[in-house]
Amino acid sequence: MMDALGEPQSVLVLGGTSEIALATIKCLPRQRLRRVLLAGRPSPALDTAVTELQAMNIAGVESIEFDAKNTDSHGAIIDAAFDVSDIDLVILAFGVLGDQMDAEADPRHAVEIATVNYTGAVSAGLHVARRLRNQGHGALVVLSSVAGDRARRSNYVYGSTKAGLDAFAQGLDAALAGTGAHVLIVRPGMVRTKMTTHLPEAPMTTDPEDVAKVIVSALRKGKSTVYAPGPLRFVMAGLKILPKQVFRKLPS
Amino acid sequence: MTTTPLNNPQPLSGWGRAMTSVANFVPAHHPEEMSQYIRSAGSRGVLARGLGRSYGDAAQSGGATVFDMTTFNNFTLNPENMTVTADAGASIDSILREIVPLGFFVPVTAGTRIITVGGAIAADIHGKNHHLDGSFGAHVLEITLIDGLGDIRVLTPASPEFWATIGGMGLTGVIVSATFTVIPIQSSYISVDTERGKDLDDVMSRMIERDDEYKYSVAWIDSVATSGRGVITRGDHATLEECRLDGVAHPQDYDPKKIATAPGLVPSGLLNRWSVRAFNEAWYRKHPTHRVGELQGIGGFFHPLDGVQEWNRIYGPKGFLQYQFQVPDSAGYLVELSLRKLREVGTLSFLTVLKRFGPGNDGMLSFPQAGWTLAVDVPAGVPALGRALDELDALVAAEGGRLYLAKDSRQSPSMFARTYPRLDEWREIRNRLDPNHVFVSDLSRRLAI
Repeated sequence: MMDALGEPQSVLVLGGTSEIALATIKCLPRQRLRRVLLAGRPSPALDTAVTELQAMNIAGVESIEFDAKNTDSHGAIIDAAFDVSDIDLVILAFGVLGDQMDAEADPRHAVEIATVNYTGAVSAGLHVARRLRNQGHGALVVLSSVAGDRARRSNYVYGSTKAGLDAFAQGLDAALAGTGAHVLIVRPGMVRTKMTTHLPEAPMTTDPEDVAKVIVSALRKGKSTVYAPGPLRFVMAGLKILPKQVFRKLPS
Repeated sequence: MTTTPLNNPQPLSGWGRAMTSVANFVPAHHPEEMSQYIRSAGSRGVLARGLGRSYGDAAQSGGATVFDMTTFNNFTLNPENMTVTADAGASIDSILREIVPLGFFVPVTAGTRIITVGGAIAADIHGKNHHLDGSFGAHVLEITLIDGLGDIRVLTPASPEFWATIGGMGLTGVIVSATFTVIPIQSSYISVDTERGKDLDDVMSRMIERDDEYKYSVAWIDSVATSGRGVITRGDHATLEECRLDGVAHPQDYDPKKIATAPGLVPSGLLNRWSVRAFNEAWYRKHPTHRVGELQGIGGFFHPLDGVQEWNRIYGPKGFLQYQFQVPDSAGYLVELSLRKLREVGTLSFLTVLKRFGPGNDGMLSFPQAGWTLAVDVPAGVPALGRALDELDALVAAEGGRLYLAKDSRQSPSMFARTYPRLDEWREIRNRLDPNHVFVSDLSRRLAI
C-alpha cells in the first residue's frame, strides 16, 4: 500500500502507452516503486514505454497484454495482475479520439470509439474495483475529459463516451465509499499528445507532464475530481450554463 | 477470483493516522472461535489488533479478518509467584489499576499504558528501564498462541517459536494469553532526579556516566535548538519511607485520569514552526537545571501523554510518523546527525526522546540492541522528508542499527531485510507455525516480511 509519505509500491496502467499515464508514473514518488505494469496491445510503442521507464531506474516495469475491446478477457488479466501482489494505484488511461466526420459517415467507427472508451472502460473499471475492494485500499485514476462536460458539434461522439465514462466513474467512487478504495476522476482539457497532434490548439492546452502533476497532487490530497489545468473547472462551469445559441457560436 | 463481502468493514489505521485500509473487524471472544476464522481464512488472511498504538501499519490488514482483541481481556494476578496471567487483549492500563494498589508493577512499560499484553509481546516493547531490565519479552514466561492451522500451542522461552513470537508483530499467530512476571513496589510514586544538559554531548555523556545508577532513565531532546540541549529524567520506585518524608498520605493509591481530549478536527497547520519551537522552549525551561528526589506519580513519569486522549489528532488530517532507530554506542554520532538532517529539511519534532538500550534478547525480530535509540515525531506532509529519512536509513543500516517495526510506516523492504539479520531464521519458524501465511498485515506486505 501507499506508505505514510504517500509513496506507492505498485502501479497498473490500463492503456500502457498513454502519454498522460506514463508522465504520471514519472512524476510519482518512486523510492518505493517495485512493480509497474503497463497493460496494452503488444506494439513497439508499448515496448518503448517499458524501456523508457526502465531507463529511469524504475524497478519491476513490465508489459502485459490487454485489449480494451476484448472485455471477456479483462477479468482474468486484472486478476492475474492483482494475484501477484496488491496494487496501490490503477490508471485507467486507454481511449481513442476517433474522427467525428468519419464516425458520422460510418457509424461503425462511432461504435468502435464507444466500445473502447466506454464499454471497455466500464468492464475494466468494474474488475479493478472488485479487486481494490477486496484488498481494502488503493486508488483508481480514471482519465475522463472536459469533452464530456458539454457535447460539441466537432467531437460529440468522443465527448459522449467520456460523459458516459465520467458518470460511471462518479458512481463507482460512490460504490467504493467505505471500502478503503477510491476513484479519482481527471478531466483534462486539450493535451499535446499523439492523439491531438493533427488538431489546432485550443486555449488552455497543456502537456502530459502538467496533467501528471495535477494527478499526483490530487492523489496526495485524496480528491475525487480534478480538472487539468485546475482553472478549467471554472471555465467548464461557465460553458455548461451558457445558452445553446451562444455556445454553438464559440469556435470549435 | 470471487470475492466475499466483508461483514463488518472497518477502516483501520495506526496511531500516526497516515495510512488506512479497510478490514473485516471482528470482536474476539473465544480462542475456539478465532481458530475457526483462521481455519477458514480467505486469501487476505487474518491478523490480531490490540489498542492500535503502533504508529504505522502493523495492526491493520486490508481486506483481511482482523480480530479486535480488546474484547478478550481478563487477567489474574498471582501474588505468590509474582506473575500475571492475562488474555492478550487485557490492557496494561487495566492491569496497573489492579496491581499497583496491591504493591506490584509491570516489568516494562512503554510511553503509553493504553496498549495490550498481546501488543506488548508482538512488538516486544521497551521502556525507560531497558538499560537494566531489557524489553517486555524478557519477562514473559509463557505464551498461548493460535498457529496458522488454527491449533493452540503453549510456548515457553525454551522454544524458538517463543522467540519468533516475541517481537514477531503478530505474524506467527494470534497470541491468546500470556504469563509474565511483575515486580514488587512499595508505592505508586517514582523518586525522580532531573538534570538539564546544555547540549547533546552533555546530555549523552551524563547518560553514559550515570544511567546505571537508576532503574529508569530517559532524555528529552530539544529538536529545535541546534545545540541539542535536553532534559534527563531518571528515577526509581519510591519507598514508603520516601513517601512519608514527602508527606504523601496514600502512597499506594493509583488513579490516573485523563486530563483532556484533543479536538476531533484539527487544521493541518496547527503544529507549525512557531508552536513547536515554543513548546520545545517551554519544555526545556520548565525543568530545573538540577533537582533530586522529586516524587512523581506513575502516570506522570511513565505515561505523560496518556493524560491527553487521542493526542495524535494534533497533527491534523495528514497524520504523522515516528522515526525511531537504534544504533550501537560506536554510532552515537548518528543521534546528532539525524536531528541536524531533520532540522535541515524543515521538520521540527514535537517530541524527541533519547534512551540508552541494554543488550537485546533472543527475539529474532526484536528491536532493541545495546546502544542508543532516538525517537522523533514528524508530521507526514513535509515534502523532502522521504528522501532525508532514506538517507538516514542507509547510515543507520551501515552502522548495524535498525528501525522499530512498531513505529515504522515508510522504510523500504531492503532496509528491513538488511537490518534484521535473523530474518531468515525467523521465516523458517514462521513457515512451521503458519505454513500458509494466514497471518498478514499491511506492514508485512509492505516490507515483504
